[in-house]
Amino acid sequence: MAKEIYTKYKMARYLRKEALPTALCPGCGGGTVLNAFANAVDQLKIDPRDLVVVSGIGCSAWIASPYFLADTLHTTHGRAIAFATGVKVGLPDKKVVVISGDGDLAGIGGNHLIHAARRNIDITVILVNNFIYGMTGGQVAPTTPFGAKTTTTPYRNIEHPLNIAEVVAEAGASYVARWTTAHVYQLIESIKRALQVKGFSLVEVISQCPVQYGRRNKMKEPAEMLRWFLKNSIPISKAKSMSKEELEGKFVIGEFVNRQRPEFTEELNNLIEEVAEHFGLGDEDAD
Amino acid sequence: MIIQGDEPEQIRLLRKLYPKGNYFMQGDEAIAYGAIFAGCRFYAGYPITPASEIAETMAKELPKVKGYYIQMEDEIGSIAAIIGASWTGLKSMTATSGPGFSLMQENLGYAIMTETPIVVVDVQRSGPSTGQATKGAQGDFFQARWGTHGDHPIVAISPISVEDSFWETIRAFNISEKLRIPVILLADGIIGHTREQIRIPDPEEVEIVYRKLPKNEEEAKYPFGDVDGSLIPPMPLFGRGYFTHVTGSTHKETGLRDVYTPEVHIKLVNRLHKKIEKHEKEIEKWEEYFTDDMEILVVSWGVSARPSLGAVLKAREEGIKVGLFIPKTVHPFPGKKVKELAKKVRAIIVPEMNLGQLILEVQRYVNDDVILKGVNKIGGVPLTVEEILREIRGV
Ligand SMILES: Cc1ncc(C[n+]2csc(CCOP(=O)(O)OP(=O)(O)O)c2C)c(N)n1
Ligand code: SF4
Repeated sequence: MAKEIYTKYKMARYLRKEALPTALCPGCGGGTVLNAFANAVDQLKIDPRDLVVVSGIGCSAWIASPYFLADTLHTTHGRAIAFATGVKVGLPDKKVVVISGDGDLAGIGGNHLIHAARRNIDITVILVNNFIYGMTGGQVAPTTPFGAKTTTTPYRNIEHPLNIAEVVAEAGASYVARWTTAHVYQLIESIKRALQVKGFSLVEVISQCPVQYGRRNKMKEPAEMLRWFLKNSIPISKAKSMSKEELEGKFVIGEFVNRQRPEFTEELNNLIEEVAEHFGLGDEDAD
Repeated sequence: MIIQGDEPEQIRLLRKLYPKGNYFMQGDEAIAYGAIFAGCRFYAGYPITPASEIAETMAKELPKVKGYYIQMEDEIGSIAAIIGASWTGLKSMTATSGPGFSLMQENLGYAIMTETPIVVVDVQRSGPSTGQATKGAQGDFFQARWGTHGDHPIVAISPISVEDSFWETIRAFNISEKLRIPVILLADGIIGHTREQIRIPDPEEVEIVYRKLPKNEEEAKYPFGDVDGSLIPPMPLFGRGYFTHVTGSTHKETGLRDVYTPEVHIKLVNRLHKKIEKHEKEIEKWEEYFTDDMEILVVSWGVSARPSLGAVLKAREEGIKVGLFIPKTVHPFPGKKVKELAKKVRAIIVPEMNLGQLILEVQRYVNDDVILKGVNKIGGVPLTVEEILREIRGV
């Protein structure tokens, strides 16, 4: 029996119908992220013609490309932000969004992530952190909690996870927030803010991968994972007065930074103007 | 900010900034100016000897012609950024040397699979690994051809002098735009760092090719379809409202991924090959000297071509009937031409600054009764006329 595609839902008009149904597993947090992104675009009344969405390789990379109906660039593993940098310079008036996984953006692509934040280029990154390499079968990721089981840490993970939001905030991003897929409304608000901020913005979404992560860590059902998120989420305001030990294994959620800094593509275009002026290359008549 | 449609202003800028006439410059600088004359308005790169002067020249000159320069965090990011920029319509280039070229290989394959026009300059230096970092070499002949994985066509061009570097860079852009493919400029550190006189032309003397854009919405629906029988799909640029999907995975003509249907992969990869084969005549370029009455043929490329010409001229003075063939497009290799020339001679000599790479390509087109001999030199010092002449006299 052919799979029925539910297209009555209002947000379905933002999707590439011919690519549906999605390849995501039932209960995957990726669907929530796609839904939240579509809602943010809808609420801001952004014309999808003014969007370019770039992603790397992984389950999370599929969330927007091919499913979101905009110009979409599905790149090599880890390199989405570097590709997006070229796109943004070429189309400074469009919104350039990167949606991809934690392995993709912070593992193999970690270098591009921190340098894009440092440059403060006006790209919005939605980083789906599911603590695992989902697509390749559940190997350890740079975000896997200490002690967790994965296919490449069958006994337990002895490495410490990377705190992505903190690292990117420190690197110089204009806007950084973190939510989980159990905080959908806050997530939509943050994506909206990130899309409006001029400069590099990161929204980290802690997301459930019941199939590769949950199954191996006593949370087979998607709902169990969402309950785990809710139980362990600490608002950033409260976290500030807690010790490192108290925060062990918790998910600090909220806005990490929201600030203005000179933005890269604008500076680049200003520079071109200045150079033209300096060399007398203005609009005077041809010699 | 694409220069197509902006030509009068760009021509005025180029005339004012670089009036036609004779200049004294390095090969690396000539590559940068060639790129600017070809319409390149986006450069992303990462410093490496002996290619850094290309980046430095682009950083200084691009803003003057309203172009963009970015120094990326590494070579992987550099080629990624120029592919991204190319999809917005900017003619884009990066330049590097051996180690950086190795890092670019995955995304070079991406550009091939997504039919993205870009120019990648490899100013060859001594290897393996960091080797003699500051010395020139010709060891990347096969890295250019087979560096990235999978079955794929590639075009690589190798200039033989500073002035040639200017014109061959322009040709690299034109082929890349016309065929919607990445083109490699296989330069080398010796020409890259040599200063010579070159003539900068008036911008109107330079033929510029632009990629084909879709004529209408219907054509734009098939970013990877052979809509007009030329095997080259028009390129629906980002930001024009076409909702284009681009992926390095095997895709249908619409751009949507399909990695399960063998026919889709077979059709796509074969078309990529066929579009190069079909246009081989326009891509191929070589120089030929004294091939009418020759008994010995010298085949040489890039930096080794000039001492080869010197040796051939000297040998001719001595009455030795020797000719010279210099492929300027080294991939696809002009094998048919070499085969034809090989039939006329009893010996072929292949001088190059490596332990024998071009010679393997030549070998495929030569019968067993012809003596085939390499003149090979590594260590970073270019071949001399005398070293090549000795081999010509010896066969
Ligand atoms: C250069 C390269 N190395 C490895 C891979 C294999 N690979 C594909 S997806 C992936 C991991 C993706 O993990 P993540 O970004 O966390 O996404 P998820 O699937 O968990 O959503 C890897 C390692 C690849 N495609 N390319
Ligand atoms: S493997 Fe995990 S991340 Fe991938 S689609 Fe399934 S649930 Fe989602």
